[in-house]
Amino acid sequence: MSGLTKKLIAIAGASVFVGSTAVAADLTVVSWGGAYTKSQVEAYHKPWMAKTGKTIVSEDYGGGIAEIKAQVESGNVTWDVVDVELSDAIRACDEGLLEPIDHSTLPPAPDGTPATEDFLPGTLHDCAVANIVWSSVYAYDSSKVRNWNAPKTMADFFDTKAFPGKRGMRKSPKVTMEFALIADGVPTSEVYDVLGTEEGIARAFAKLDTIKEDVVWWEAGAQPPQLLADGEVVFSTAWNGRVFNAKNAEGQPFEMVWDGQIYDLDLFVIPKGSKNKEAALDFVAFSTATEQLAAQASWISYGPARASSEARIGTFHSDSSIKMADHMPTAAANFKNALQNDFEFWADNADQLNERFNAWLAK
Amino acid sequence: MVQAKDPFVSFKGVQKSYDGESLVVKNLNLDIASGEFLTMLGPSGSGKTTCLMMLAGFETATHGDIELGGRPINNIPPHKRGIGMVFQNYALFPHMTVGENLAFPLNVRRIPRAEVEEKVRSVLDMVQMMAFVDRKPAQLSGGQQQRIALARALVFKPELVLMDEPLGALDKQLREHMQYEIKHIHENLGVTVVYVTHDQSEALTMSNRIAVFDDGVIQQLADPVTLYEKPENAFVAQFIGENNQMSGTIESISKGIATVKLDSGDIVKALAVNTGAVGSRTTLSVRPERCVVVTRKSTAVSTLNAKIEELIYLGDHIRCRMNVAGDDQFIVKVPNTSGQLGLEIGAALKIGWRNDDCRALDFRELD
Amino acid sequence: MTDSQTVTSGAITAADGTPLKKKLAQALFRSRVRAVSLVVPLFAFVMASFVIPIFALMWQGVYNDRFSTYTPNLTEQLTAWDGLAEPGEALFAALVSDLKTARKDRTIGRIATRVNQEYPGTRSLFTSTARKAKKLRAPFKESVIKTNKKWANIEIWRAMKLTSQDLTPSFYATALDGRYTVDKGFVAQNENRQIYVKLFWRTLLISASVMGLCLLLGYPVAYLLATLPLRTSNLLMIMVLLPFWTSLLVRTTAWIAILQSQGVINDLMVAVGITADDSRFSLIYNMTGTIIAMTHILLPFMILPLYSVMKTIPPSYMRAARSLGATPTAAFIRVYAPQTIPGIGAGGLLVFILAIGYYITPALVGGQDGQLISNMIAYHMQKSLNWSLAAALGGILLAGVLLLYWIYDRVIGIDNMKLG
Repeated sequence: MSGLTKKLIAIAGASVFVGSTAVAADLTVVSWGGAYTKSQVEAYHKPWMAKTGKTIVSEDYGGGIAEIKAQVESGNVTWDVVDVELSDAIRACDEGLLEPIDHSTLPPAPDGTPATEDFLPGTLHDCAVANIVWSSVYAYDSSKVRNWNAPKTMADFFDTKAFPGKRGMRKSPKVTMEFALIADGVPTSEVYDVLGTEEGIARAFAKLDTIKEDVVWWEAGAQPPQLLADGEVVFSTAWNGRVFNAKNAEGQPFEMVWDGQIYDLDLFVIPKGSKNKEAALDFVAFSTATEQLAAQASWISYGPARASSEARIGTFHSDSSIKMADHMPTAAANFKNALQNDFEFWADNADQLNERFNAWLAK
Repeated sequence: MVQAKDPFVSFKGVQKSYDGESLVVKNLNLDIASGEFLTMLGPSGSGKTTCLMMLAGFETATHGDIELGGRPINNIPPHKRGIGMVFQNYALFPHMTVGENLAFPLNVRRIPRAEVEEKVRSVLDMVQMMAFVDRKPAQLSGGQQQRIALARALVFKPELVLMDEPLGALDKQLREHMQYEIKHIHENLGVTVVYVTHDQSEALTMSNRIAVFDDGVIQQLADPVTLYEKPENAFVAQFIGENNQMSGTIESISKGIATVKLDSGDIVKALAVNTGAVGSRTTLSVRPERCVVVTRKSTAVSTLNAKIEELIYLGDHIRCRMNVAGDDQFIVKVPNTSGQLGLEIGAALKIGWRNDDCRALDFRELD
Repeated sequence: MTDSQTVTSGAITAADGTPLKKKLAQALFRSRVRAVSLVVPLFAFVMASFVIPIFALMWQGVYNDRFSTYTPNLTEQLTAWDGLAEPGEALFAALVSDLKTARKDRTIGRIATRVNQEYPGTRSLFTSTARKAKKLRAPFKESVIKTNKKWANIEIWRAMKLTSQDLTPSFYATALDGRYTVDKGFVAQNENRQIYVKLFWRTLLISASVMGLCLLLGYPVAYLLATLPLRTSNLLMIMVLLPFWTSLLVRTTAWIAILQSQGVINDLMVAVGITADDSRFSLIYNMTGTIIAMTHILLPFMILPLYSVMKTIPPSYMRAARSLGATPTAAFIRVYAPQTIPGIGAGGLLVFILAIGYYITPALVGGQDGQLISNMIAYHMQKSLNWSLAAALGGILLAGVLLLYWIYDRVIGIDNMKLG
């Protein structure tokens, strides 16, 4: 293909994805919106702007690396820092869409431990620095299960006899299939090995078949708390921060079950060719310092990516009786049976399993 | 003049109101004989079209009965009345050919195909449009569309045909031609026609009788000659043909001749047609062609001083605009028989009329 | 013949002696140039912003040079290889040398992604082997297979041979639930991965249902709009246009509130006793929900063309038909309805084509039956970044729409369409 057509496609792509051009700002930081972006604005943006005197424009997006790809390939990079999931960070890095980040520029912990040792294992990558650990769990409406024994395990989610009612699940093979295998008795340490085999995939679908009739499928992260609040479902898989927020900020009677949680990282990356690369690097280093990560945790129940931050986690910003440390995916009580999302497995199999998942749905 | 004992169409005390507040048609009584060509004539908003629509069945009378052939038809829907209708914009179905348009009324009556073809052919023959049977209406000229609309209203042999200003969209020449054609078709077929128009010359040309509508009321119902020669009120006199109107007060009436003092102070005489008692106001009406320039030989009884304001040469006659009794729009038509009258602008002379030619009518505020 | 024209050898000439035809052409040329120059900016804009990108994107459906661009040596060897014999040392050597370069240039992800599209599960094989490529020594076949024995699988090499060909039918094959292979040509996709053809049919079915429902619901409304007095019809028109003025989020929330099992409609039906409390209807998160929501959004696109057509039909046509003896029903069917066909055609086509492209609404209210082909196109555009497959799916959809358009033209006639 000629360079010209390539450029044209990229421009066409960019014009689709990049609707608004940022107003003149020193830095454009892109994240997922809602309470999560608010926590970042409070803990990162405001202190950084106060420190440097520069301005930040905050933009929302829906995840994925399509926009970054379009911007980089069209040579018109308007985003400087983007908050992405781990699998997307690795993939974008492999495709040369991101600026490498030198780990030695990250600040050490207050006690002097170097950053490379202070960050939790697997949270630092060539082109990405993690800021939080978040988790997929399931939640239920406690006002509806008063008469039962409260559900405790992932298997309970799939047990429609003991716990009748509709279930909300994300319309995506990712997480859904892992949950099915965990519920079917596969130890968390073996989930991806099993899922890597034809029998394992069949086993996951077979488990999902048992509740297929009772599932309401959701697409957007805001839907599960809504579905629970509306009484449309009794159980729903959800992102832990959303459930926490619905419960503590909106007073909904929701409870989370941490058993079989699948945790993942959100990382900061810098698209290749960022026009404010120096400021972006400075922002990333500043935001992922011990204090800032700890500060963010008082706004939302996502765990900081640094070991040194954990001791400094305070209380919920609007209710000092809530100790945030107890609500983190990484809290010891919650972390007993947890699985880390295997980005490599999904990088290899996402397309194939997505087709199979949709074919299964359509059956 | 047609005047049957058993009317074919009969309006009996018909009233129509759209809004419940005002009447568009006020107590209409009208009998139409079989085979008659009756025209409803009037300005727009006079109620004539509403009457036609009530007859066709598209409007219901608020009060009163309409009878067709002795049968009340108030509760009969339009498609069961068997009345042919020609619309102002022709209403030819644009998605059908001429042939299909003509076959439509026959097809909905489930007439066998062979018979339909036969009838369509004969009606096309009548309007001389055989060559156009496969055209779409949009491919026809206005006059051609008009003929097809006429043919369509006649093809199922209705006894009554209604026409709602059917010639309004045609140019003058074609309109006059079509007037004769419609008149001939009426005469040949013997159908009853109720024709609505606001064009008085059209009405005069075609009709057996004319009902002049104004303000929801029939002002006068008469044949064309009577209507023109003997208007019964100021509205009709003014609406039909050209005329000069003057306001005055009745001084006296004797043997049907009123002596009227005009507002200008002049005293004239006129035929008392529709007046109040002595001392009441009246409108005098005299046709321009009945006014004469007074010479020694004239037979005019009433005379008035006049001054010529404008002369228009029209070949067969000369149209003089004069100032008479304070009205500078007074028209007199002088036959172009001789030039000895010495008509020239600014000339002062006398005009006059015979008593019978000037009609004293109900008082009407002049425009 | 007037003075300004003279006859010279049969051709008419203008006053100055030039042939009239030539003179006319000259006069017309100037106005034509003017007309063209007025249109040029728009034409250029449409070409640059619409036509060229669409064709460029379509081109991606059959052309993908990701692999060959970043693996020049391997591509050369793969082209020479027949795809049947066991891959030899030359292929492995080329692989190692290209992996080394790709690792250095950070292009390994692009190569790996491309092969993974053809042979799922191999992405990590490439990235992990590339990490070790620097340390590999000859004989390469042996040392590469030692790092990961998957390299001995000839199918992976066949997949690479396919991806090394820039011009490829494999995306279209995938889009039609098939697979293109080196040794057997086109074969059907594994049954448990066959989804696209099913989704194409479902998309057509849902779009057709939405179109039919819109026509059914929109026709009487358009008729009312066209015949009611202006004041009333304006109010009605505002209600028709209301969906346009509501954001997607508000609309979606409203549907959920109304349609969900604890929603207004179900509550009402339980209250009236039509259904029992424990057997409420599923009106959302399934195909019913998709059809209801899409009909709601697209209804104005049916009503407006119908309205604009009906507005031009004078009431005298119906009156004429009645006076000619047709019952109200017959008059409607034979006279009124045929005249609204241009509006039905335009509205139907508009709704159908828009419905085919909808994906946010089905995603939110569709549940497991609500997945449409456009959701898959969006997935491949935005998530999997397999633009070639998205282009192939889009190309098939486009071909389908053009086919329908052609059928429409043959049956109804495109010049019969009236959009407003």
